[in-house]
Amino acid sequence: MSPDDRKYTKEHEWVMLDGAAANVAVAGITDFAQDQLGDIVFFELPKVGDTVAHLGKMGEVESVKAVSDLFSPIDGVVTEINEKLLDHPELVNEDPFGEGWLIKATMEDRAQLDGLMTAEEYDAFTAAP
Amino acid sequence: MTSNNLQTALYDTHVSLGGRMVEFGGWDMPVQYPSGILAEVNAVRTATGLFDVSHMGRLYLSGPKATEFLDWVLTASAATLSVGRARYCMICNEQGGVIDDTIFYRLAEDRYLLIPNAGNRPAVVAWFQRWIDEKFSPGCSMEDVTASTGLIAFQGPGTADAIDQLADGPLSGMRPFSWAESSIHGAPVFVGRTGYTGEDGFEILVQGPDVVKVWTALTGSGAVPCGLGARDVLRLEAGLPLHGHEIDEETTPIQAGLDRFVHFDKEYVGSTVLKDQHENGIERKLVGITLPGRSAPRAGYSLLHRGETIGSVTSGSYSPTLDTSIGMGYVLERYVESGTVLDLDIRGRTAQVTVTELPFYTRPRRT
Repeated sequence: MSPDDRKYTKEHEWVMLDGAAANVAVAGITDFAQDQLGDIVFFELPKVGDTVAHLGKMGEVESVKAVSDLFSPIDGVVTEINEKLLDHPELVNEDPFGEGWLIKATMEDRAQLDGLMTAEEYDAFTAAP
Repeated sequence: MTSNNLQTALYDTHVSLGGRMVEFGGWDMPVQYPSGILAEVNAVRTATGLFDVSHMGRLYLSGPKATEFLDWVLTASAATLSVGRARYCMICNEQGGVIDDTIFYRLAEDRYLLIPNAGNRPAVVAWFQRWIDEKFSPGCSMEDVTASTGLIAFQGPGTADAIDQLADGPLSGMRPFSWAESSIHGAPVFVGRTGYTGEDGFEILVQGPDVVKVWTALTGSGAVPCGLGARDVLRLEAGLPLHGHEIDEETTPIQAGLDRFVHFDKEYVGSTVLKDQHENGIERKLVGITLPGRSAPRAGYSLLHRGETIGSVTSGSYSPTLDTSIGMGYVLERYVESGTVLDLDIRGRTAQVTVTELPFYTRPRRT
């Protein structure tokens, strides 16, 4: 069960409003994604100030076995990245919905979240054969 | 879910252990178990790990001409191999390209066991049958027992002590590349002191009905089940080639730096080309590369020198044992010297890599 306090994309990213500020969103990858990737060893994340676009490539994640692209769930400007992941990428395996968040970004249009999947929809999406 | 892939006798065991099943060489095999590749690699480097390698082939070659036949199709010498011992070598085509790499065991004066790779077994069987029919029949016959037997690789520094606890009679005194017969929990086993991880270990051939029993006995001793993902990292750290990556039908053992497994004093399929390359040199050679950090070289990435492409990567990974990124690849002969600095194109980003002598990892010897 994915947490129902946030929204999801078909690229297996989650996004939610960051409690601290009304127009800042925090995003990461889902538990399903980290499980599929296996042991994560490296992240390449955008820089603070970079513009990210909904479903545009924002970085890369490397597991022992393979490299995958990371896609932004929203349009926005990056305000913070999770620096802890540079030394401890395994945080995303351990706690993908919490300590293992990837970026925070200012959102231009909060309504964008409405177009994303709910937890229930996302779980159904990942359960489909 | 149905699959047209072959399954080993341990398929249900892997699924119940939570193994993530993937297709490999025509077989459904576990790429990893829930503990993950890093934990599995660590188990093999520090304790004991267990791999189902039943997807690899088991071929018996028998008859008064079996030795002569193997000396015609293998790069190593069968005639000089003592009964009780095993050798690693290549099976080459007429151009010296590698059809497969293999370990073969001399069981008796006129009987051998040979282990081809999973995906190459059909090609090896066809190639062998062609030469048997053309040159060695009657007098040499081949029997493929892959379907009726299983093969388990038990690998790690703790395996020698553990196997003495499990097997009927001590096996820890076996020499590397030797074999012995024993039994584990009543199941007859053929045991080779061989492996593909760079650690001490044993490869255990079991009759089909006993495979699960032997696997369970080994996991019961504390051995950690390991999948193909860990196996790939381990063999890469140990500088061992993987067919389809470092070697293939277009690549010779000499290019791959495997000269020590090639016999130059006999005539066999491909020997003219191999001898010529060994004596006169070649344009491209396999090298090891290392780079700091965890962003790994991957198969297909280009290697450059002053902006010019001079080679490409065949395998790569983050190495948990060495905590650096490692890879193997082919480069033009003038760049093979250890210490040479090259550029690696990581999906458009350039990183500096250093040519490094293989293997990256050598196990500490017992004193």
